[in-house]
Amino acid sequence: MTSALDIDALLGDPKTRIVVCCGAGGVGKTTTAAALALRAAEKHGRRAVVLTIDPARRLAQSMGLSELDNTPRKVEGADGELYAMMLDMKRTFDEVVLAHTDPKRAKEIFANPFYQAMSSTFAGTQEYMAMEKLGQLRATDEWDLIVVDTPPSRSALDFLDAPQRLARFLDGRMLRMLLAPARAGGRSVFTLVTASFGVVTKAFTKILGGQLLTDVSGFVTALDSMFGGFRERAEQTYRVLQARETSFLVVAAPEPDAIREAAYFAGRLAEDKMPLAGLVLNRMHRLAVPDLSVERALAGAETVAGSVTAGVLRVHADLSRRVARERRIAEQFLAARPGVPVFEVPAQPEDVHDLDGLRRVTS
Amino acid sequence: MTGMTGNQPRLHIVTGKGGTGKTTVAAALALALAGAGKRVLLVEVEGRQGIAQLFDTAPLPYTERKIATGPDGGEVRALAVDVEEALLEYLDMFYRLGRAGRALQKFGAFDFATTIAPGLRDILLTGKIKEATTRTEGGKRVYDAVVVDAPPTGRIGRFLNVTAEAAKLAKVGPIKTQSEGVAAVLRSPLAAIHVVTLLEEMPVQEARDAIAELEALDMPIGSVIVNATRDEALAGVKLTQAELKRGLAAAGLPADKATITGLLEEAKLHLVRVAMEAGLREDLQKLDQPLIELPLLPDGVDLSGLYELAAILREKL
Repeated sequence: MTSALDIDALLGDPKTRIVVCCGAGGVGKTTTAAALALRAAEKHGRRAVVLTIDPARRLAQSMGLSELDNTPRKVEGADGELYAMMLDMKRTFDEVVLAHTDPKRAKEIFANPFYQAMSSTFAGTQEYMAMEKLGQLRATDEWDLIVVDTPPSRSALDFLDAPQRLARFLDGRMLRMLLAPARAGGRSVFTLVTASFGVVTKAFTKILGGQLLTDVSGFVTALDSMFGGFRERAEQTYRVLQARETSFLVVAAPEPDAIREAAYFAGRLAEDKMPLAGLVLNRMHRLAVPDLSVERALAGAETVAGSVTAGVLRVHADLSRRVARERRIAEQFLAARPGVPVFEVPAQPEDVHDLDGLRRVTS
Repeated sequence: MTGMTGNQPRLHIVTGKGGTGKTTVAAALALALAGAGKRVLLVEVEGRQGIAQLFDTAPLPYTERKIATGPDGGEVRALAVDVEEALLEYLDMFYRLGRAGRALQKFGAFDFATTIAPGLRDILLTGKIKEATTRTEGGKRVYDAVVVDAPPTGRIGRFLNVTAEAAKLAKVGPIKTQSEGVAAVLRSPLAAIHVVTLLEEMPVQEARDAIAELEALDMPIGSVIVNATRDEALAGVKLTQAELKRGLAAAGLPADKATITGLLEEAKLHLVRVAMEAGLREDLQKLDQPLIELPLLPDGVDLSGLYELAAILREKL
């Protein structure tokens, strides 16, 4: 039926340089990413770095991460070379700007209110910067393996689409239209825009406000030297994702939404020729007594009603139903993407917040 | 529930960490509120089509259509708000754009506007929600209640804090007036924000954070809904192999070593979870908000499961 995903073969292969963990929110992506990097460092002696986006506080602390920090830090307590970092998207964006323009222009850009808003709250900025950071880490060639956690987006696809969408926006036609009058020294940002466009731009000015449009226009002027740069960078990283050294893991929990999202994402990876290594199925419950059916357990519980044994049997019956349900849901993924290897992580009674917990994930 | 009197909230906003089942809870709540002769609107704002999947119907269009019947014959309608459509509707209302608006859509202008001003999305979405909540026809309210499957806890504060978003946009004009109207409704007793959580660490943490954030924004918290709670069977019980062996024999079941140790292992894991959940439940009780518990449906949530949850909500809300 299903083939098992051999994570040790994946993590131990020197040709695997990047592992990207994707999936819906709340399925345990961060934990999975950290556990894989730890395994690679401890079992396979690889110099590994995990790029986390928004880790739970206690898990972050257990890896020695206390704040947003753009530099990988060595994880104490790991028996090997494991480094971890938490993405600081604002700072990463600043770095991109600095890399593409002179200090004077950069200063103008940093001071622009629109840039400030965009670099910290924009939809897509986090995805873009995660990809940018991945590109940077890869470019240093300092790591045997980079494991990437992806942002908690509305959709897993945002990780693939948002960077290019944002780059397109920054390089785009609308921005150039905004830019045109500023270049001409015109006062109104929309003066050069065609007449048919006029009615609407007037409405937009009313809705969005003159100040915002002025800020955007100033931002665009300062950005002039960078046109093309954003898209190029985003495209470069996209190509890294398509390379053979990269493996995608789709992470899911046995819930219909998460599985649907995972199947959808896996389909998209195939379309884009991105290498899907397998599905990590978190929080799978397991039965210790698989042969005792729900019906027999419940009938037995009736017979000895009120006793401790009845309670134990009811717990078993509930667990059996749950396991059956989780199987059914997992099957939906395999029906949509047959042949994708699966790695199942048993449900832990408690959340993972230390290295031992991470070790149990992959053991 | 004591009918919908003037003091009852009519706008129910359901949030929670991703994966806690907030769509399920929102749907069950809509059913619960759809008592005899009532009409309820269930709204989705994130374009995920979760409602359609839950009710096993085709994807919802941007129109309000009947999706289910309440337990005593009330009506539940559903709407998936589309931001672009909402913006067109809005432009048409205030600027009579008509077909020019459609032409603009092709230009990518809306994409552009919502990209440079992400807050605009939320203003349009909440604006539509307010409109449905307060809409009247022939002097009568169209909806007795509106239930929103809202963005998750991480984004809920920003989603609902429309005036802050609007302040970044036009200083005068309809968008400002509209956001002020929305803010007034959201901060009135008309509204109630329900936070869904599981008895797991991260969801409980996020529920706490969201409640603190919403309280700081002066927004009315409705209840904390604890989803998928399990039976506390066995809590405080001492388990021994000998007793289980006797019990299994009495129940006419196999009492071999493997079965006994296996069942004990399952029971012990269960007890670890129950103990951890008890601790988290205590944490939630300290929040001093009404708590409503919904049981885990072991076979998953199907339509009959939704009605089951609706019946519980109805009784406890």
